[in-house]
Amino acid sequence: MSGGEERRAGRAPCRACLRRAWLVARLAGNIERAWLARRPLPAVLALPDDELIAALAGDQRKRLEAEHAVFDAAAALRSCRAAAVTPVCACDRRYPQRLRELPDAPAVLHVFGDVARFERLVAAPCVAIVGARRATPYGLAQARRIARGLAASGVCVVSGMALGVDSAAHAGALDADGGTLAVLAGGPERPYPPSKRQLHAEIAARGAVVGELPPGARARRWSFPARNRIIAALGQLTIVVEAGERSGSLITASLALDLGREVGAVPGLVTAPLAAGTNALIADGARLVRGPRDVLELLFGADAPELEEERRRRALPADLADLLARVGAGQDTVGALVATGRELDAVLAGLAQLELRGHLRRTAGGRFACLS
Amino acid sequence: MLSRVATFAIDGIDPRPVWVEVDIRPGLPAFHVVGLAGKAVREARERVRAAILNSGFEFPARRITANLAPASLPKVGPGFDAALAVGLLAASGQCRAEALERWAIFGELSLGGELRPCRGLLSAAEGALRSGFTGLIVARERAGEAALVDGVTVAAVDSLRGVARLLDGEDPPQPPTPEPAALAPAEELADLADVRGHQQPLRALEIAAAGGHNLLLEGPPGSGKTMLARRLPSLLPPLSREEAFEVTRIHSVAGLHRRGGLVTSRPFRAPHHTISASGLVGGGQVPMPGEASLAHNGVLFLDELSEFGRPSLEALRQPIEDGYVAVVRGQRALQFPTRFALVAATNPCPCGFAGSERPCTCGEAELARHRRRLSGPLLDRLDVRTTVQRATAAELAAPARSSSQEMRERVLAARERQLHRLAGTGARCNGQLDARLIRSHLAASAAARQLLGAAYDAGSFSARGHDRVLRVARTIADLDGRERVETDDVMQAIAFRTDDELRGAAAA
Repeated sequence: MSGGEERRAGRAPCRACLRRAWLVARLAGNIERAWLARRPLPAVLALPDDELIAALAGDQRKRLEAEHAVFDAAAALRSCRAAAVTPVCACDRRYPQRLRELPDAPAVLHVFGDVARFERLVAAPCVAIVGARRATPYGLAQARRIARGLAASGVCVVSGMALGVDSAAHAGALDADGGTLAVLAGGPERPYPPSKRQLHAEIAARGAVVGELPPGARARRWSFPARNRIIAALGQLTIVVEAGERSGSLITASLALDLGREVGAVPGLVTAPLAAGTNALIADGARLVRGPRDVLELLFGADAPELEEERRRRALPADLADLLARVGAGQDTVGALVATGRELDAVLAGLAQLELRGHLRRTAGGRFACLS
Repeated sequence: MLSRVATFAIDGIDPRPVWVEVDIRPGLPAFHVVGLAGKAVREARERVRAAILNSGFEFPARRITANLAPASLPKVGPGFDAALAVGLLAASGQCRAEALERWAIFGELSLGGELRPCRGLLSAAEGALRSGFTGLIVARERAGEAALVDGVTVAAVDSLRGVARLLDGEDPPQPPTPEPAALAPAEELADLADVRGHQQPLRALEIAAAGGHNLLLEGPPGSGKTMLARRLPSLLPPLSREEAFEVTRIHSVAGLHRRGGLVTSRPFRAPHHTISASGLVGGGQVPMPGEASLAHNGVLFLDELSEFGRPSLEALRQPIEDGYVAVVRGQRALQFPTRFALVAATNPCPCGFAGSERPCTCGEAELARHRRRLSGPLLDRLDVRTTVQRATAAELAAPARSSSQEMRERVLAARERQLHRLAGTGARCNGQLDARLIRSHLAASAAARQLLGAAYDAGSFSARGHDRVLRVARTIADLDGRERVETDDVMQAIAFRTDDELRGAAAA
């Protein structure tokens, strides 16, 4: 991107902010040690530059202060440009408003993907969807379904691109051709986890991938909880889909609560370990989320737009609507549907029709899951 | 003194005439066999010596040289014993040599002088016919297999002494004892009448049988994948005489055909997933037909598809595409026919329980690995895909829905329709339709094409997937006796897929 375009779209990032981003990345190892020594992360990240160096650098303090003094903003910008990453600093009007509410807000948000689109996405209503990495098929399906419904209604889905629920949420938003924002723990141009390379490329092309750390920085153990605070701050609402009793997703939820944002949770079986965290959230007063409808009502109250899928569902012919209802009621295999007295040929053709129209999705073992 | 006896070497599954020339002249007693003879052939010297002496003949104490011509053809196996012994008898004047112009000999000898059958009898008899012999002398056991070939007199003989008497004109040639019918019943085929539930898989079997499509069954352990695959042969039309010959020839060469007479049922081969590439498609130092050829005109069942080695699966591509496999050994290329119906089965995930009553314990990475192992060129050749679920208790209690007999009649009618429509194209069934034939010989209604086009444009499946759906839709229309492929056929065909093909599978 040329400099001229950048200036038109917003402000060029200021030196102090870039220097701050550089410093955090430079001290990543020291922050890691402090974090492992149980120093609270927000307290560390909220320190001004000089105190941060003083607190963490130890015997390297002199050297760091010298490096800090001669920080080369042009070089930082060059390395961003080389990685196709746009730094958006806290002084920029494109910097997401909701992120400013964090006491330890990142100085710079590094954006991988089109910045104009990023700006549109953060201006839209945003919902964070987070959950377990080793999610169950139920959790994955719900994350995807909710994200799809929200994205189809113009809501931007924010998540962390981790395995499991996070990725399913992004995939659901992409299914609906909607907006989605991935917040990474390392440099945003590096797919993490690496197996999600393809998803990373899709999000960068159709949504945006952002990160606190500058390009080239690798994810650290502390940078995951740090990333979670950005997810929580970007979302007006945080929805937890599946979480164990001591899950990182619960940390994201409590960060959201600290910011005064609403938290929702998808209920699960009371016996399921991965529902322990979400059910506990509900018991503690989180909003119960059964589907995209509930989330939209939380966001917009009574004026919630009708879900695109609900509209399409009403337009279905009676026999297909009936078939869809049966699947929704748990008769989700061809065998079970034939057992209700339908002709095999009609069941097969009907299911395919519903699938093509986007009402159903095939899941493992020949079962069908409702998408609407 | 010189004599010449005709026999056959089995090269792949083809017979090659071999002349055994025996020369006896004065000199130090010795017995040499020359002419690219393999180890078993050189061992034949000991068997021939013992058999001749134990049959009451004399073994000449002179210098004996036997040559197997043509010398360029490698010769392996024990099938040259009888010809060597007879040549030796003829060269030493212990039996008459004139008849050897008309008779070829094929068999192995025991030390006691009995004639034993060896592999590839049918091929040898066909070779005798092709090389212009009027008769073939074989062991009495399994002589019926050689007698299948019209135009060759088969003489069934018990021993070396019997061969000599036949050649001397003392005994007339005896036809093989006909196989008692009770001893060779057509193998009892597993029937669909024992199947309960499994509506979609049964329909998939019917479509696969009718259109010659390859089939993928996906389901948890114990859901009945193998049981269903075993029943596919019962849906296929009975073997034609020509097909039965092909099967008998291959099975005889592989040493699997032990009864004599014609193989009457379609083969069903289920190799274990540890099989090597050459075990699957044929090969070895002495090229032998592999499982793919043993399944020729029948069913090749690959259980646990994802566990098969990649080289083995890659090796299956040519056999599936071309209907034969070429094995090259020592500058010679051999062809084995491999026209089989492929049925592959796989678990839905590594633990096997995804989507079943038991919870799946696989992580996302394991699932991704499983999916990766299953993808690839072979999967593209599997037109009909279905999941198999455990039958419910209610289904188990219900009466059977159809027998193989009923379904086979529909299959035969559908095949008839395809032959008629595809006449002159080289293809015989919908499974063989390539992109070009799909365009010219599909006969789909405009609405059906439009529907599929819209689904394709929406990115619901790949270009290959698009063709696959059309082929299967064509067969569904053929089964129901419709001239044109209608939208409903396309819809049903779309249902015969598994979830991995969907867009977005990359993510969740």
